[in-house]
Amino acid sequence: MGLGRDEAMSQVRVLVGTRKGAFILSADGKREKWEVSGPHFAGWELYHVKGSPADPNRLYASQSSGWFGQQIQRSSDGGKTWEPVDNKFAYDGVTGTHQWYDGTPHPWEFKRVWHLEPSLTDADTVYAGVEDAALFKSTDAGKSWNELSGLRGHGTGPRWQPGAGGMCLHTILLDPVDSQRIFVAISSAGAFRTDNGGATWKPITKGLVSNYIPEPTAEIGHCVHRIAQHKSRPNTLFMQKHWDVMRTDDAGDNWKEVSGNLPTDFGFVIDVHAHEPETIYVVPIKSDSEHYPMDGKLRVYRSRTGGNEWEALTKGLPQSDCYVNVLRDAMAVDSMDSCGVYFGTTGGQVYASNDSGDNWAPIVRDLPAVLSVEVQTIEA
Amino acid sequence: MIRVVLPAHLRTLARVTGEVPVEVSGPVTIGAVLEAIENQYPVLRGAIRDHGTLKRRPFVRYFACEEDLSHDPAETPLPDKVVTGAEPFLIIGAIAGG
Repeated sequence: MGLGRDEAMSQVRVLVGTRKGAFILSADGKREKWEVSGPHFAGWELYHVKGSPADPNRLYASQSSGWFGQQIQRSSDGGKTWEPVDNKFAYDGVTGTHQWYDGTPHPWEFKRVWHLEPSLTDADTVYAGVEDAALFKSTDAGKSWNELSGLRGHGTGPRWQPGAGGMCLHTILLDPVDSQRIFVAISSAGAFRTDNGGATWKPITKGLVSNYIPEPTAEIGHCVHRIAQHKSRPNTLFMQKHWDVMRTDDAGDNWKEVSGNLPTDFGFVIDVHAHEPETIYVVPIKSDSEHYPMDGKLRVYRSRTGGNEWEALTKGLPQSDCYVNVLRDAMAVDSMDSCGVYFGTTGGQVYASNDSGDNWAPIVRDLPAVLSVEVQTIEA
Repeated sequence: MIRVVLPAHLRTLARVTGEVPVEVSGPVTIGAVLEAIENQYPVLRGAIRDHGTLKRRPFVRYFACEEDLSHDPAETPLPDKVVTGAEPFLIIGAIAGG
């Protein structure tokens, strides 16, 4: 706490990807009055839009369509203008096979980019997590992409299987201390870590228990929905698994369940407070067959103890007849002194709290279904 | 000069309006016209046909002179009316889904 940012001089920019375009929501640091820009790339699916920590005006967007495939767009002026960059994601070497839903071998086929993760230090370096699961890297601002094929090639790849949403690499965490360390998560292969910049990888799933797979404690096959990390504690990760909220304090070598008193531990999103590394947020969803909040009440749950003890946050959120979902990439936090928390729903609402989750209000109510939410905090 | 009609989303992507004229050197085939349009608008590479295999994307179809040419080989010559510019070559996004 206590960076003393001037609320009136700072800017918060919320980058929203939806089923039918991207939207940019902007406000000053008070986060009370919002301007809405968009739709950008109207009619296309925007799985993810994210800004570079090294240059807040550099944005990357994943634009895709079942008809016309994948595009990657890049902005150098904070989203006012965009230019398409390379959209060729060619798997490295012999493509090989993974398992299909019925357990038969199925060739790897590129479908779309789920997640773009810009480098923490270089605006021209960006990682892309794709379906069918693989990790790509560009060091020329998206002009070309190369697969970090050590991930698919480390040995377990032929046994990976898609989840209901496809076999997607949806989470990329770049370690803020060790530049050679990267964490990724794949539905439904599990979680993996490299300690040498992507050359070699290993599964990090010890302690995960998934009763819906043939071997509940298997090394791979866990449907990890999202992993979050606080930059001050890079060895502590929080995971929303298909079922179960988990944490590790040794960079994924061992996980333990921290679902505690959650009403249901199914869900997609998880995130960490900007200034309190033991304060975490989830949005419990009823079940894997009923993708909406329990009892029609949209509730964010916050733990100030790193898990196990959770409190429902409801002020300003609909508490009756609400049956939206909150997808895995659709929650983010800003880094203002009073931490802002944001999430988007499949009903097209983007809710914001400028007081760590105590009170909520919608920024917008009627966007297309929200696929992703990211936040940039821009100092004056 | 070959006249090409693109679907709305690809016109937006290529930042063009209306029909797109392209020059084709050599025989005017389906593949030659697609190559010409991709050379003229590189952003369309991968959007009409796959990067590597050059196979037509599943929800894209080709028409000319009221004929569906979608399943014809890339080396298929286009009708004279397309070659002379009397008729356009149409790239259509299939009407499917919502």
